[in-house]
Amino acid sequence: MESVLIYGAINSVTFALTAIGFSLVYGVSRIPNFAHGAIYVLVGFLTWSLVNDLNLNYGLSIVISLTIASVVGLAIYQFVLIRLRGMPTSEIIASFAVSLIILEGLRLQGIGGFKGFIGPNYMLRPFFDGKIAIFNVFVDYQRLIVVGAGVVLAVGMWFFTHRTKIGLSLRAIAQDEQAAMMLGINSDRAAMISMAIGSALAGLAAVIILPLGNVTAEAGYHVLVYALAVCIIGGLGSWAGTFLAAFLVGFAMKVSTYMFGALWESVVLVGTIILVLLIKPSGLLGKQKELEERV
Amino acid sequence: MPSQDQRKKRLDRSINVRSTGLYALSSWREMTYLLAPRLLLIVGLLVLPLVLDHYWQRVLCTAGVFAILALSFDFLAEYVGLVCLGGALFIGFGGYAAGLLNEYLGLPPVVTIPLAAVIGACLSTLVIMPCLRLRGIYFAIITFMLPLFARNVIIALSLFGSTEGITGLDTLPNIWVEQYVIVIAVLVILFALRRFASEDVGLIMMAVKDNDRAVLASGISIFRYRVLAVFIAALMGCFAGAYLTHLYGWLGLSLFAMDFSILPIAATVMGGMGTLVGPVIGALILSPLSEALRGLGQLRVVLYCLLLLLFILYKPEGLMNFLERKYHQFERLEKV
Repeated sequence: MESVLIYGAINSVTFALTAIGFSLVYGVSRIPNFAHGAIYVLVGFLTWSLVNDLNLNYGLSIVISLTIASVVGLAIYQFVLIRLRGMPTSEIIASFAVSLIILEGLRLQGIGGFKGFIGPNYMLRPFFDGKIAIFNVFVDYQRLIVVGAGVVLAVGMWFFTHRTKIGLSLRAIAQDEQAAMMLGINSDRAAMISMAIGSALAGLAAVIILPLGNVTAEAGYHVLVYALAVCIIGGLGSWAGTFLAAFLVGFAMKVSTYMFGALWESVVLVGTIILVLLIKPSGLLGKQKELEERV
Repeated sequence: MPSQDQRKKRLDRSINVRSTGLYALSSWREMTYLLAPRLLLIVGLLVLPLVLDHYWQRVLCTAGVFAILALSFDFLAEYVGLVCLGGALFIGFGGYAAGLLNEYLGLPPVVTIPLAAVIGACLSTLVIMPCLRLRGIYFAIITFMLPLFARNVIIALSLFGSTEGITGLDTLPNIWVEQYVIVIAVLVILFALRRFASEDVGLIMMAVKDNDRAVLASGISIFRYRVLAVFIAALMGCFAGAYLTHLYGWLGLSLFAMDFSILPIAATVMGGMGTLVGPVIGALILSPLSEALRGLGQLRVVLYCLLLLLFILYKPEGLMNFLERKYHQFERLEKV
């Protein structure tokens, strides 16, 4: 029972970590960034290659791949999404196409001696080895780091959006784009910054979470689905909702695994989504522009 | 390229103007002008099975499946305003329904395909119904997850052969039946949808897309019309799925594969969204292309996503709108 509680909490923080980047981008610029999962996986493989192929320091390679992630996010906005603002269908299709290009591109084989990232051989090293017992449940340090990072990130995000100038301008754009533009906030630049930060957050989640298992391209789809699920349940664009939903989903999945078995995880996930949508279509805490998103 | 002091001027061809009214019936030339493109498509599709060799005949069958899916995507997205990323759900439900009817009740494909289309469509509509109060990206995301969900339910409960699937189902009698069933289905659905869109029901659906508050204010239930639209789209998709099951005589989890959601979307974007003919043409170009590139493995997906991206960025109107413009209008450069 303790193990369900503890692992449920850890699982919840994992979801929150993966979802926060997506939530930020959507909250600010109303862009559904379907390339979120792809960037997550991209950072995992980049870090792996930097460490194993170029023999760089682990910390340094994480910094480099996070930088690359935010550049990729920036490029996706600057070269693709900027032309499609305000056309949700096209935004979804285009960002999903980018996502598929990245994910399937990582699995390409035999071009220029590139072997393709396939198979179970790609593992990132945990930051610290070892385990610790909490209430008789063994938890390895990496999982504690996940929880720590989640807490730091939650506080950091709050501070960033409420106390820094860029964060405040992002929130202004999210609340009322036209008023914000009249006050001299460049909405394209804000969206670009949010894409860069969102991608970096996806990458950060990747380097913290991926050492728990191995890195596969398929994970990109799962991460995307989980991030979307959490954001929908919490109310798209609502950050408090994202965390709340992460805990709801995280515990629901662990409890169902404990009671019925691992295969039911995803069933419970989609079941929760449909249930929440039936009761409150805008999500648990989604108040912004509630009327426009449902009928 | 036009220089600085020139601009493009676009004018309707005179024959286009002359053939808009009822008087088009008075002249063979104008009748031909109106009928030629339509006949080209119909005759082209009907003759195609006769000229292809055996391998490409099979490709035509799958191209037809994708064409129907693309039609259903286009109909939902452009005529009702529901972007449904879950075409695989329709294929999966239709396919499983047909396969199970065939395996357990021993019904022949003539019965199972239409029956499965209806059963599958009812099921898909029931599954999608809770999400119909959402719109835009919310709806898109949910429908994107539904096929994955259905897959996981089948694995979790180990239903219907679970991951292995069921093999040895009845196939269609011969290659000619296989081809003509799907080709005629594509044509019927295409022209039926065009007609449907201009009926009263279709107009209300258009209104639901353009301004749902106004429809609501007129005392018309949006929900009911959306359910109807989803049912129609699902009916097409499930028919395609049922056909696919009997084409290969096999059902399995790959009926829920993401290919069935992505390729139709790419075809629609390429062909021109909202034209209905465009998606069919797009599917007829894209699926042979992806078949020809089969040897390239993952590169195939990358290539067609790249193509999709290029089209959506640089030619968002799509092939069909482009061709239509060329057919109805002429352009010339003019001094500013």
